[in-house]
Amino acid sequence: MDAEQTEWDREKVQAAVCSDAGLMTSQIVILKTLVARGMSSLAGNRRKGWLIAPVWWIFPNGASAQGWDMRAGVTEMSQQVQMLHHVSLWICTGVGIVVFGAMFYTIFAHRRSKHPEPATFHENTKIEVLWTLIPTLILVGMAVPATLTLRDIEDNSDADLTVLITGSQWKWHYQYTEADIGFYSNMTTPLEQINNIEPKGENYLMEVDNPLVIPTNLKVRFLMSSDDVIHSWWVPDFAVKQDAIPGFINEAWTRVDVPGIYRGQCTELCGMNHAFMPIVVEVLPEDEFLAWIEDQRIANELAGDAAVAARSREWTMAELMPMGEDVFLTHCATCHQPDGAGQGIKYPALAAALDPARVISTGPIEAHLDRVMNGLSETEMQAWAPQLSDVELAAVITYERNAWGNNTGDIVQPLTVYEAR
Amino acid sequence: MIAHAETTPPARHPLVSFILRWVLTTNHKEIGTLYLCLSFTLFLIAGAMAMIFRAELAQPGLQFITADFYNQMLTLHGLIMVFGAVMPAFVGLANWMIPMMIGAPDMALPRLNNFSFWILPFAFFLLLSSLFMEGGAPNFGWTLYAPLSTTYGPPSTDFLIFGIHLMGISSILGAINIIVTIFNLRAPGMTLMKMPLFVWTWLVTAFLLIMAMPVLAGVVTMMLTDRHFGTSFFEASGGGDPLIFQHVFWFFGHPEVYIMILPGFGIASQIIPTFARKPLFGYASMVYATVAIAGLSFVVWGHHMFATGMPLAAELFFMYATMLIAVPTGVKVFNWVATMWRGSMTFETPMLFAIGFVVMFTIGGFSGLMLAITPADFQYHDTFFVVAHLHYVLYPGAIFATMGAVYYWLPKWTGNMYDERLGKIHFWSAVIGLNLTFFPMHFVGLAGMPRRIVDYALPYAGLNLFTTLGAWMLGLTQLLFLYIVIKTIRGGEKATDQVWESAEGLEWTVPSPAPHHTFDTPPRVE
Repeated sequence: MDAEQTEWDREKVQAAVCSDAGLMTSQIVILKTLVARGMSSLAGNRRKGWLIAPVWWIFPNGASAQGWDMRAGVTEMSQQVQMLHHVSLWICTGVGIVVFGAMFYTIFAHRRSKHPEPATFHENTKIEVLWTLIPTLILVGMAVPATLTLRDIEDNSDADLTVLITGSQWKWHYQYTEADIGFYSNMTTPLEQINNIEPKGENYLMEVDNPLVIPTNLKVRFLMSSDDVIHSWWVPDFAVKQDAIPGFINEAWTRVDVPGIYRGQCTELCGMNHAFMPIVVEVLPEDEFLAWIEDQRIANELAGDAAVAARSREWTMAELMPMGEDVFLTHCATCHQPDGAGQGIKYPALAAALDPARVISTGPIEAHLDRVMNGLSETEMQAWAPQLSDVELAAVITYERNAWGNNTGDIVQPLTVYEAR
Repeated sequence: MIAHAETTPPARHPLVSFILRWVLTTNHKEIGTLYLCLSFTLFLIAGAMAMIFRAELAQPGLQFITADFYNQMLTLHGLIMVFGAVMPAFVGLANWMIPMMIGAPDMALPRLNNFSFWILPFAFFLLLSSLFMEGGAPNFGWTLYAPLSTTYGPPSTDFLIFGIHLMGISSILGAINIIVTIFNLRAPGMTLMKMPLFVWTWLVTAFLLIMAMPVLAGVVTMMLTDRHFGTSFFEASGGGDPLIFQHVFWFFGHPEVYIMILPGFGIASQIIPTFARKPLFGYASMVYATVAIAGLSFVVWGHHMFATGMPLAAELFFMYATMLIAVPTGVKVFNWVATMWRGSMTFETPMLFAIGFVVMFTIGGFSGLMLAITPADFQYHDTFFVVAHLHYVLYPGAIFATMGAVYYWLPKWTGNMYDERLGKIHFWSAVIGLNLTFFPMHFVGLAGMPRRIVDYALPYAGLNLFTTLGAWMLGLTQLLFLYIVIKTIRGGEKATDQVWESAEGLEWTVPSPAPHHTFDTPPRVE
């Protein structure tokens, strides 16, 4: 395998992994590449290209920014944690070299062909005491710095700013307790990318509509809770991972020095779309953060005015349907499917043709409105009234009543929604 | 007159008598065989599930299965591997070997023995039948965290709960039987401190089972009453606490980890001296280390819950206690190496599996020590780093140990030697497959990939492809094991009574294959 060949393979693999269209094809290409490499290696063809090649497969995007190792992150705590990780990793490596070294030496030197007469010893108190004491001392050495770091991590006092983070299936709700600002944060990766119909974007599965925004250099306290099942809020760059538990409030904190965008994910299995619950945090310099808070306040007021304007007039089907489709695809389609087909008994169909007996979207409007706005307790169907505006709710309900051949002709007005609140 | 009294019962159809023989058997060897067959069947089923979800994870995006089915597969994979593959395999080995190793004619409670086995197929039938129910199989992970498993669990969750109750009854009865056998049926002269290490580790394991399994039964019963009888143990809105579930579950769960490891320790301690041709180094310290590990296993459950918002004092306690486990575990590893030291080693398949066990279990032990460091655990927790750790501990610790034991004792069971060349091929392909599967998981975990996600961000793509290829290799290679075992049962080079030239212990004093009843009169142990 010469350099050119390797280059070609690398491109192929890159194209296959990051590209998108036709994943089956890309898998075949990768398999073929692997097989080809394996064959040539078996044939004794060992050149540099083969040695370097695995790196390309493993980080085809040149994504070594993510690296092989725990990241240092951007907070003092995350750096301390990485240091602890490295210390324990090196201690384990050292112990491993000694133990495996002795073991492989004995396997080599004390095999029957080289050492036909076995020794007969079977105990040695001195050495047994020694190899109990030495590991104990090593462990004490590891425990001391870990204890000091842990004490700092658990010190939630004297925060400059508090954000209440509430998990729910499958989104995060951020509330700034001091500023009376709150918003939901949903994944924005479209279903077409997940289902391999469209090319996957750079931040596939790690992008949201409204990131959490926090300032640099201030101690930000996070209070975590949940509306339904247990979630876990993790941003690796901050080394903050804390479970969000329904009915209880957990605490964590961070102080970020470097402005930027940091990404994480929910790390506690929370149901079907657990993989689709990313976290994005935008860290702004302090003055920009204050400006952002002000913008949010103004935006809230404008939204209030817009809501009043919206419910004071009649909306047409042509206005509501496209907006309804957007809302549906963003919030409803992962469970009920873009074509309204639903999934099994847990996520009922909304297209009347598929399940005429049970479909809610061609039944009475009041029941439909109630289900969308107030949800169904003890299921993944959540109350959407607090999450969506009057117009959005009106649009999505109108859409559900008229899409996929439902064609009820019903138009739900924002005023109706407002009155039902 | 034609009529006269029948002196023999009417001949049954051969199939009927075959089935009745196995259903009604009270012989420890036959029950041991039943356990091992069930265990291997479930091992293949749960392995196939892993291959299904690994296929899905080969590439980013959703290709083959839905997110919900992915969750069902990983839940059943975990449950069946733990309760269906590993635990019955060890009980099967205990049934076969403990009476022969302590010079007993059979298990002390043979009918109970039959009962504790025959509960199991029904338990797993219940669990697997949930796959075909409306709403699908349980989909909340083998850890069954509430409220995902209670308020939000599919209807089939009740079948899971009943299945776990049955498995628990089976394990408790099996454990009682083993304890009673070891305490009452040892041959004259076989003092506790002369028992083979496999018997010792099983004795300790049996006590762990008796203490841990009722806790699991309790917690799934609480799930049941929360689901159907209006209680709120785990429901905050009713005054309960979802974390109570985790505390009770892991109070069972951590001893369970050692239930799945300790017999493996025992097996390695049988195999390594045989092929090193040298007595086990530090027998007494091995016994004490086993007991110490078992004791510590009851006070470390909190290390599974560092991210749940524990107070600092609790985090420190669980961190220190967990780190402490490294000491007795280290003693064991050092003892095995010292047993090999200046021996005269050969490397037949059982020895290869035992060495593979020691090396890779130690790697799992290292990552376990790293996970114990609480601040670092915040970064490792619920990522693939944990998946790598637990599989490095369990695959070598339980599966490799069991397979090594099967190769080691199969000649005694069948009277035939297995095919050494195929055994070695099996070992090496399993080692390569195992490392290809689980080693990259360390890196994706450290890079930030959470576990139990059906789809992942692009940077994790390459390593996941490796893992998937390794998983398929590891899975398929076990079919070779099945072939080797069947081939050995059907024939092969005849084994001597001694089988391995320097094997020691009562099991090697009986003929190969071991007769249906061994030790009608107890042997004398010097």
